[in-house]
Amino acid sequence: MNTTDVMPQEPLRVVNVGLELFARELEAQGVEVVHVDWRPPAGGAEIAALLGRLGD
Amino acid sequence: MPVRATVWRGFYQDSVVLMHVAAEVRALPGVRLAAALMGTPANHELLSSAGLATPDSKNATAADLVLAVDAATDAEAEAALAAAKGFFDERRRARESTGRALPRTLDGALKQMPDANVALISVPGDYAKLEALTALRRGLHVFLFSDNVPVGDEVELKRLALAQQRLCMGPDCGTAYLGGVGLGFANVVPRGRIGCVAAAGTGLQAVASHVATLGEGISHGIGVGGRDLSAEVGGMMTFFALRKLADDPSTDAIVIIAKPPAPEVMPQLDAAIRTITKPVVVCALGAAVPASAPATWVTTLEDAAEAAVAGIRGRAWAPRSFTDAAAVRSRVAAIAAGARPRGALLGLFTGGTLAHEARVILEPLVGPVNIDGAAPGSAHRVIDLGADEFTRGRAHPMIDVAARDSRIREAGAAADVAVLLVDLVLGRGAHPDPGPSLAAAIRDARATAERDGRTLVAIASVVGTDGDPQGLARQIAELRAADVHVLPSSAQAARSAALVLDPRLASRLLSA
Repeated sequence: MNTTDVMPQEPLRVVNVGLELFARELEAQGVEVVHVDWRPPAGGAEIAALLGRLGD
Repeated sequence: MPVRATVWRGFYQDSVVLMHVAAEVRALPGVRLAAALMGTPANHELLSSAGLATPDSKNATAADLVLAVDAATDAEAEAALAAAKGFFDERRRARESTGRALPRTLDGALKQMPDANVALISVPGDYAKLEALTALRRGLHVFLFSDNVPVGDEVELKRLALAQQRLCMGPDCGTAYLGGVGLGFANVVPRGRIGCVAAAGTGLQAVASHVATLGEGISHGIGVGGRDLSAEVGGMMTFFALRKLADDPSTDAIVIIAKPPAPEVMPQLDAAIRTITKPVVVCALGAAVPASAPATWVTTLEDAAEAAVAGIRGRAWAPRSFTDAAAVRSRVAAIAAGARPRGALLGLFTGGTLAHEARVILEPLVGPVNIDGAAPGSAHRVIDLGADEFTRGRAHPMIDVAARDSRIREAGAAADVAVLLVDLVLGRGAHPDPGPSLAAAIRDARATAERDGRTLVAIASVVGTDGDPQGLARQIAELRAADVHVLPSSAQAARSAALVLDPRLASRLLSA
């Protein structure tokens, strides 16, 4: 995507991280979705918080 | 009663899947109680308070799934645990049969879909920031459904989003519409000319549904999260979204749905609106209308939709109390002719914006309303069951209707409750058929009240459209069959509740 587009370019192409229900609802609208089989990172919330503070 | 628990190590399932498993297990012979939860600290407390904790369950971590049952016999408890295992096995088989391996991370997903442009994130709040940061760094717009995200993290995410010229919708964003696609909890509405910037979820759902009923549609509906116009966040995403909608050629009018902005943000909001040449409608529930407001300020979600539609049609518009005042008058007269309800109002809402709107409408009519700890001594209470404190570790009440249904039944036995005010929110993502269980809970509550010699009046509004999977007309019919007074909007439902509590209000509300 370029950095000047006003809104998300159409069609939407979605990565779904979390409730699988939302992926199904998007698919029902004809939207391309990749659902992530997410699970908490090893080490739990503390590690996630630490990773969230680190640069990429 | 034997309590049995089993723990699946490193087996994560989302709260909606777990809700379905628990419901299936609960329906098995002999099962009195059942819980399917991840082993978070909050969930361990829930298991303990329900009497479902076992030595095994206590060792489960947040990455481990706990299934606990309380059944009449050992054999039935074991059968229930086996049935749950069967449920998960079936899900795994169904997934494997697609032949498509699911990625484990957002980056893995981007390998499968390198041109993805939106990330929809609904992981538990503790993990939401990390996922949202990753998505923004990869150049995706973010829809962040997760709640329980600290405000400092929200500020950091939104700063990054602005630097990347991307939307960060949320945290705690329930609904968005992007180019005709509904994300999260979204009613089925046509694409159209009205753009919305909305705090959270149900406010946008209500406005979009009313707009659809009035024959118009939504261009984009951008959720920003309920704290965006707070002093800490400073309206970052609201102002960004307003500029986008102002520049968007498919948007002819803009509706802002918000909680009252922090005083220090108000001048910026005012200035942002003044730069927009399209009609702008502001519904900032409970906020004082600025003296020289450049927009049309309204007090209810229904009025926001009506004013925006009038704006794009170039028509004059004025608010009204009821769509059908005569019907309300006769209904209130019928209630007054019977055993007069004695007591206070209890509002049990699944939509946070709807709950706050109810308070804003009720307080000038019936006096203080206790919501979120405000006016704690007040007899009238409104509870937002979608608030963070009620959703930790469990699905939102628009999906998991059991918690509200049980509160409604409890209200039947509460001597101080005379009027029950509820919302019912339909649309994609919501419970597939919530009307029958809500109607059953209200019937039970009323029967309990009547046994105790009391009258319990139930009043509801339904957020939905004819296109919603649950069927608006069918859900309304379910409620009406249970003698629930169903009004065309949440605002009208709140006014109607006020009339039942105090019929003298008729001169103010029904004079037109």
